[in-house]
Amino acid sequence: MLSCTAPVHQPRTLDEAVAQRAMHPFATVLAGGTDVMVYLEGGTLNPPAFIDLWKVNELRGITETAGTTRIGALSTWTDVANHALLPGALKDCARTIGAAQIQNRGTVGGNIVNASPAGDSLPMWLVLDALFEVRSWRGTRMVSAASFWQGYKRTALQADELLIAVHLPPTSGDVRYRKVGTRLAQAISKVVLALRVTTEHGRVGDARVAFGSVGPVPARAPEVEALLTGRPLTESNIDEAIGALAITPIDDVRSTAEYRNDVARRILRAELLAL
Amino acid sequence: MPFQFTVNGRVASVDVPPMTRLLDVLREELRHTGPKEGCGEGECGACTVLIDGLPVNSCLVPVIQVDGATIVTVEGLAVEGRLSAVQEAFVQHGAAQCGICTPGFLVTAHALLERNPHPTRTEAREALAGNLCRCTGYQKIIDAVTDALSSGGDKC
Repeated sequence: MLSCTAPVHQPRTLDEAVAQRAMHPFATVLAGGTDVMVYLEGGTLNPPAFIDLWKVNELRGITETAGTTRIGALSTWTDVANHALLPGALKDCARTIGAAQIQNRGTVGGNIVNASPAGDSLPMWLVLDALFEVRSWRGTRMVSAASFWQGYKRTALQADELLIAVHLPPTSGDVRYRKVGTRLAQAISKVVLALRVTTEHGRVGDARVAFGSVGPVPARAPEVEALLTGRPLTESNIDEAIGALAITPIDDVRSTAEYRNDVARRILRAELLAL
Repeated sequence: MPFQFTVNGRVASVDVPPMTRLLDVLREELRHTGPKEGCGEGECGACTVLIDGLPVNSCLVPVIQVDGATIVTVEGLAVEGRLSAVQEAFVQHGAAQCGICTPGFLVTAHALLERNPHPTRTEAREALAGNLCRCTGYQKIIDAVTDALSSGGDKC
């Protein structure tokens, strides 16, 4: 039984949340609790206070303006999976996160800020060119997904900042998502792949390839993207591009470097061939 | 600071630290021992309850987040002493063995059948993927869930 007696600040509005973040920079921010409660129960988290965002309804909702989709940070994975506006591959991704009980509680913002190298959604934001809307008492700024994860569990957020929304600009091309875990549900990923490829007259116009769980941060594979761009998606071109893949996964409790190296290439090959 | 919410149709009020797990509040404070603690980290689903109609792991929810919410545990599925359709189907199909996962399965299945009274086996498997059973091998559980409302009607 958990006996945490730290105080919990519970803002009701975004303005209150931003003010409380400024006043309590050492507090742990709580959204759906699906990571925080595990750390707390496991004894690896013992903050002086919490800021619970759950009642800040301004942080919910998925809307579209001029082609850009804005996903409130407190949107759950169930919200994402059920939403008509979002790319099919992002909904596929949402459905791989835990299972129904986790998807009903876990949030988009929580997955991004938790910044696990194995975070299921993170490669998706990289290939979708997502921008993260970050708010503090000093104002609002937009941070690209590409510059958000700066090291193992380290993000671009300052101590007084909150992630409040994800913006997806209009994009084109086929988007695909693959997660490899021990089983389909309730598994932490061994390898995650997201890709987005546009083709013009049989040649690749723009290629985005991103992996998770194969390094300290989710990252694109520019060496593969460069070799795909401007060329037809033939088997030999695909194999040449994959030959350049420069990931350096590690052995850990969930998998081995060898397995991850092999599987990352195989799922990338399969997804590119299926385009 | 007391927290107030509804459990199985009755108002409950508890005065506990705000980060206390809903699971502990239900079991220790309110004596609803239907929700079980299996893993305590959101993997096994034995502690599943409905919050505002949605299945969640009560071991991962701090009580402060359910202030004002409507909660249903396995104790709330039977109506006036009569088993619900899915509970009856579990009995008919022998879908419980040691029983520790059963309350969680019943609650998750109940939410599925309210949304989708006649799920396919694949839909049932997907909906129940967050509940682990170490005895039955799942077949009888899936049999029970897909058969629960097969005699017609959509009242679970």
